[in-house]
Amino acid sequence: MGSAGFTAYRHIVAAQVRGQAQYRASFAIDLVGSVMFGVIDLASVLVLFRVVPALGGFALGEVFLMATLAGVAFALADLAVGNVERLRVYVRSGLLDAVLVRPLGVLTQLTAIDVAPRRVGRVVFGVAVLALAASRAGVAVTPLSLALLLVTPIAGAVIFSGIFVATATVAFWWIESGEIANGLTYGGLNFAQYPITIYGAILRRLFAYAIGFAFVAYYPALALLDRADPLGGPAWLGYAPPAAAALVAGGAALVWRIGVRHYRSTGS
Amino acid sequence: MVRAYVALAIAGFRRYATYRQAAAAAIVTNSIFGFLRCAILFAVVDAGSRVVAGYDEPRLATFVWAGQGLIGTVLIWAPTDLADRIRTGDVVMDLLRPVDPVWQQLAGDLGRAAHASFTRFVGPVAVGALFFHLRVPSRPATYVLFGCSVLMATIVSFGCRFLVNAAAYWLLDARGPQVAWTLLSGFLGGLYFPLWFLPDAAARALIVATPFPSIIQLPLDVLVERGTVADQVAMLAVQASWAAAILALCRWVQRRGERKLVVQGG
Repeated sequence: MGSAGFTAYRHIVAAQVRGQAQYRASFAIDLVGSVMFGVIDLASVLVLFRVVPALGGFALGEVFLMATLAGVAFALADLAVGNVERLRVYVRSGLLDAVLVRPLGVLTQLTAIDVAPRRVGRVVFGVAVLALAASRAGVAVTPLSLALLLVTPIAGAVIFSGIFVATATVAFWWIESGEIANGLTYGGLNFAQYPITIYGAILRRLFAYAIGFAFVAYYPALALLDRADPLGGPAWLGYAPPAAAALVAGGAALVWRIGVRHYRSTGS
Repeated sequence: MVRAYVALAIAGFRRYATYRQAAAAAIVTNSIFGFLRCAILFAVVDAGSRVVAGYDEPRLATFVWAGQGLIGTVLIWAPTDLADRIRTGDVVMDLLRPVDPVWQQLAGDLGRAAHASFTRFVGPVAVGALFFHLRVPSRPATYVLFGCSVLMATIVSFGCRFLVNAAAYWLLDARGPQVAWTLLSGFLGGLYFPLWFLPDAAARALIVATPFPSIIQLPLDVLVERGTVADQVAMLAVQASWAAAILALCRWVQRRGERKLVVQGG
């Protein structure tokens, strides 16, 4: 994307933000709602720990750290590219044709047209709770752990973003796919909140390793907590999220390209 | 008059029978969450003493998978058609018809639910039965009670959605109530965890004082036979009370809303 493209992108986003800010009450309600989605995710974890002392061999503080890491990563991805899930609406209505003829990137246009600044609420809430969760879980304050705390949500956000984009492309092949992408996006968040030790072999291979959700929270949390992996994974996996994120992003970019080439207008 | 509502219900059934691909996609999505939620709740049972809050493993598996089936049957998360029609003014067309708007929409929704119970309910339950040991009801009466319970749940769910959308008569933009509904219905309804994981008093208070558990938690508790037949009937009674109260509220809100309605020009 050239600098001209970037300027256009900036203008679209700014116009959207200004437009949505006109309706103050609606925006305030949406912002509160966005924060509440983050609250409910974490509250569900707390409820489970009301009836048991540990999950998959991990105590509340440890699982809470994983849940907040996953929460921040998801919130960032949702803010950046979450709206790409509206692709199916564009494909069905034929509006994608209009997007394709413009001299700008298709993906950047789609995410800019529907940018949802309300989602900042969930990010801010997540970051605040992450700081709290890390200190409660007894994460040592070292330059390395602080760097890991900073990099992990970003890498996780790239992983979730890749999943958002890759699953949205399903609409290119299957227009009536409905909310099927949610299974991997929101489902991925659900998965990554908990230690992967609680999942059976198939679910773990598919979600944790093949898709890479284990690198959103589980492995970096082990490194932050200075705990060995009960499943026998090497310690360096805790520092692998950026590499995993790069792989997922590359895969998603490939799937997206194939999808756009495959697109046939619905003609409506 | 009754014939008109029956015809509307049949039309609702037929309408959703044409959305076959959408139903298939929904079943796949609900099943993915079924696997995830089952794994998480089984970890809870593993960490506990095999029975947590009165649920053993087969009960939890049934709770999760039937719950995934109920999502699309009672249709917790529905498109916001009515609110959009109020905002655009299209709702005037509904008001011109010689049928009550609430009963008219309820009839259509019951037809939809009837179709969904063959597809969106059976689908996830079949997937769950394939991979997990689900609990078969030990009392034949449970099947009948569960059927009634799902009917009540559908009516309560319909009523709540109607009220959330009817807020547009006053607010025009019903986003606030819609967001609140999405948040509360799953969390306080028993979809993410059985409400009995909360302190007993809190669970009881939610069940009696809020409509949310009548939509997911209570039908599932009836199905997994939590307690005796008398307990199941009591749960049904709670649901029936909520169904009656909410429908009465819907009619009242509709009457007030019609007086409030300003059709926007354009």
